[in-house]
Amino acid sequence: MTPRTSAEIGGMGHSVKRKEDPRFIRGKGNYVDDIVLPDMLYLDIVRSPYAHATIKNIDTSKALAIPGVLAVITGNDLAQYNLHWMPTLMSDTQMVLPVEKVMYQAQEVAAVLATDRYIAADGVDAVEVDYEPLPVVVDPKKALLPDAPVLRTDKEGKTDNHIWHWEWGDKPATDQAFDEAEVKVTEEIYIPRIHVSSIETCGCVASFDKISGKLTVWMTTQAPHAIRTVFALVAGHVGLAEHKIQIISPDIGGGFGGKVPVYPGYVIAVAASVLTGKPVKWIEDRMENLQADSFARDYHMTAELAGKKDGTLTALRIKTIADHGYTDAAANPSKFPAGLFHICTGSYDLKAAHVEVDGVYTNKPPGGIAYRCSFRVTEAVHAIERMTDIFAHEIGMDPAEFRMKNFIKPEQFPYKSVLGWEYDSGNYAGALKLAMERIGYDDLRKEQAEKRARGELMGIGISSFTEIVGAGPSKHFDILGLKMFDSAEIRIHPTCKVIARFGTKSQGQGHETTYAQIIAEELGIPVADIAVEEGDTDTAPYGLGTYASRSTPVAGAATAVASRKIREKAKKIAAYLLEANEDDLEWEPGKFFVKGSPDRAKTIQEIALAAYTNHPQGMEAGLEAVSYYDPPNLTYPFGSYICVVDIDKGTGEVKVRRFVAVDDCGNIINPMIVEGQIHGGLTMGLAPALYEEIQYDESGNILQGSFMNYLLPTAVETPKWETDKTCTPSPHHPLGAKGVGESATVGAPAAIVNAVVDALWHLGVRHIDIPITPPKVWKALRDAGVSE
Amino acid sequence: MAKIAISVKVNGVEHTAEVEPRLLLVHFIREALRLTGTHIGCDTSHCGACTVVLDGRAVKSCTVFAVQADGREILTVEGLEHEGKLHPLQEGFFQEHGLQCGYCTPGMLMTGFAFLNSNTAPTEDEIRHAISGNLCRCTGYVNIVKAYQYAAEKIREGGTQ
Ligand code: FES
Ligand code: FES
Repeated sequence: MTPRTSAEIGGMGHSVKRKEDPRFIRGKGNYVDDIVLPDMLYLDIVRSPYAHATIKNIDTSKALAIPGVLAVITGNDLAQYNLHWMPTLMSDTQMVLPVEKVMYQAQEVAAVLATDRYIAADGVDAVEVDYEPLPVVVDPKKALLPDAPVLRTDKEGKTDNHIWHWEWGDKPATDQAFDEAEVKVTEEIYIPRIHVSSIETCGCVASFDKISGKLTVWMTTQAPHAIRTVFALVAGHVGLAEHKIQIISPDIGGGFGGKVPVYPGYVIAVAASVLTGKPVKWIEDRMENLQADSFARDYHMTAELAGKKDGTLTALRIKTIADHGYTDAAANPSKFPAGLFHICTGSYDLKAAHVEVDGVYTNKPPGGIAYRCSFRVTEAVHAIERMTDIFAHEIGMDPAEFRMKNFIKPEQFPYKSVLGWEYDSGNYAGALKLAMERIGYDDLRKEQAEKRARGELMGIGISSFTEIVGAGPSKHFDILGLKMFDSAEIRIHPTCKVIARFGTKSQGQGHETTYAQIIAEELGIPVADIAVEEGDTDTAPYGLGTYASRSTPVAGAATAVASRKIREKAKKIAAYLLEANEDDLEWEPGKFFVKGSPDRAKTIQEIALAAYTNHPQGMEAGLEAVSYYDPPNLTYPFGSYICVVDIDKGTGEVKVRRFVAVDDCGNIINPMIVEGQIHGGLTMGLAPALYEEIQYDESGNILQGSFMNYLLPTAVETPKWETDKTCTPSPHHPLGAKGVGESATVGAPAAIVNAVVDALWHLGVRHIDIPITPPKVWKALRDAGVSE
Repeated sequence: MAKIAISVKVNGVEHTAEVEPRLLLVHFIREALRLTGTHIGCDTSHCGACTVVLDGRAVKSCTVFAVQADGREILTVEGLEHEGKLHPLQEGFFQEHGLQCGYCTPGMLMTGFAFLNSNTAPTEDEIRHAISGNLCRCTGYVNIVKAYQYAAEKIREGGTQ
């Protein structure tokens, strides 16, 4: 898309340098741990060494004897105010601090309040807790066996560890398609538990003013407005009311979904501040972050794909066991306990599909949040992209040709999938074709054949994913009843400088720049003249926040709509100033002019001034608008990724030699930022594909509880990403845009696994679960009789 | 706990303080001196968000005690800009979109400062190894490498380091 505005105005399509950078490159960001208030106290948390144990006694005397330790807060203290349990976003219940027993290792047991963070840590060491271990359930499949110990003894009448059963699609039609299929493939696919590990951990500073009754909380949250409402609902009975709660989300050091939930630490810090009347800071360390904060994924899937010998796909069937830990604290829209997993027919024109998911309790931390993805889309994409690849290999068809054959065709859009989604727009073959050209697909296949003849292992993997982002239409999408709209409020000052505020919250996405670009596009006001603010619930309009790639699809649309409302009013003012009929006016970015006589014009700057100094009689003064945008549909970004790997037969090490990513997110606001998001997303796709996993031993001990063994990719492991794009605008979004921040994380893992399996298929290897570590490949090679 | 007197030069300014022997340098910088550009991202010396330059070498200030800095000279991200002029690395990060959330950025800049002192014509591979002790969750490193290359070129052309 060629930009409609000049570089100086900086509307859509310009790679405007980021407005947020000048403070960050000088070390002048303002993250939560940078905030210091007078008389501030520090909170630190005692955590359980056991995965399941009765708490027999908590002895706080030694801790309280330490000078500077002011209090030790336990579950019994919170129980006096009925704050020891809190609801989760999925209407389950979660302990703030336990009264009877702990349910996972590293669970919060008590909290120490002290004058200094070192003293608080001393206090934590000095608290003595007497535990009686209980039998531990780690494996969700074993958790469903009849003799498994029932974990949620707090739930009256609960006799098993099953949380819910959810299914979607036409089962009889799917079963029939499978009965009639010429070819069927089945695979057990496990998508392990992983952790977002934003480089900034979570924390807050809670400050309660006893005189005014106002609570201000600076916290690492992606959804400040929703959090304010949750606090008001949960703590209304102790006197907190929504007009006296101010949530401020300062600069956030990465979110990726991990900063959506309400963690017990936040609630304890708030309680401590309300009780003491002093500001209380709680900042978790990395080990607490990895061990206790929400996990992502943990889906045990059995996937089946049916089709014909000629390579035509017909039906998909998936059964999943979802390990939720000890409570269902997933961050999903209320109606969808498995998120948007039923986007799992992906980019293909299937005739039938059926999906089942069963949620299970285990002795692990809760979660089920995204890891830079929109509500379980990665699980869905991984399943379908792995299965199409297996099917193609099974019938001996090239995976690229196979995908081309089964893609939804451009002329089929808007396309209604058998699982009920209405895909807005797409050109899947176009993206795959471009990716194949960029990487030199045919030559690579030749090279692979030559290498294979020499006994060398090289693989080429494709992933042609479709995402579903921008939740969502109020008819289907809410969180705790709050509809998933989002908002923009734009005020134009007399000198035509702008302040704009939003219900979302950037965590690195660059909203201060991109929202300004949308306003610049719509009103022709230079980006430099527009200030963007987010994250303060006292000033910003209500919105559901930033996650699931919803900021551009929802708040970005609200920005365009609010700008257009302003343009409507500006037109009336211009008509008055020009003494012309409104219908005779035409707009070009930055001014209205009289049709046919471009000299008779009023710039937006002149109009803004007139709105306060010379507005028409009968019209209200001022130039501002607000929009709460309820999207008519979701947006469906897509792309095709191709990955080339070389495998070391001696060590089993997988080396990603090249990776080409072609993305299509519709019209682009800032190409530089989009490319940056894709680079980052690809790296967070590489991470679970090859390195990251959180495991537990039989006693429920976490095995990857720090960066010692939870391996984030460094610059050395990360390939030099190659990106390109096609552009298929969304027909229903006011700017034709779709979300993009997570596409790469969603699409990349399957491309990498497909490449590895492609390298090993001729040896009889059909599937390897992620992360594909050297020992797994080494074992697969040895099982296949390959020696060095 | 008995306190120990230290004197440290930070960004050209002499500071004296009484500190507990266990106080980490990163907390001294952030909390005693209120220079909050230096960040904390882990507890095992892996993330590099806390990187500062100590007597010319990049160190992880979460893994140094404040008392070990006694009598020495420290440069933090706040000291990079000189007389209103950005350091070439700061310029590079801005121009090449080398940052997103900005949390890893100060550490990346300080690692780069020490690295480019000893190597003003690094290969991409050398840069990638140089920053392998600094984790970034947002950028995928491609543009951080470009930011380093941008700065190296500026420095070769005679920009300040
Ligand atoms: S804080 Fe992570 S290395 Fe220092
Ligand atoms: S920019 Fe966010 S961690 Fe590097």
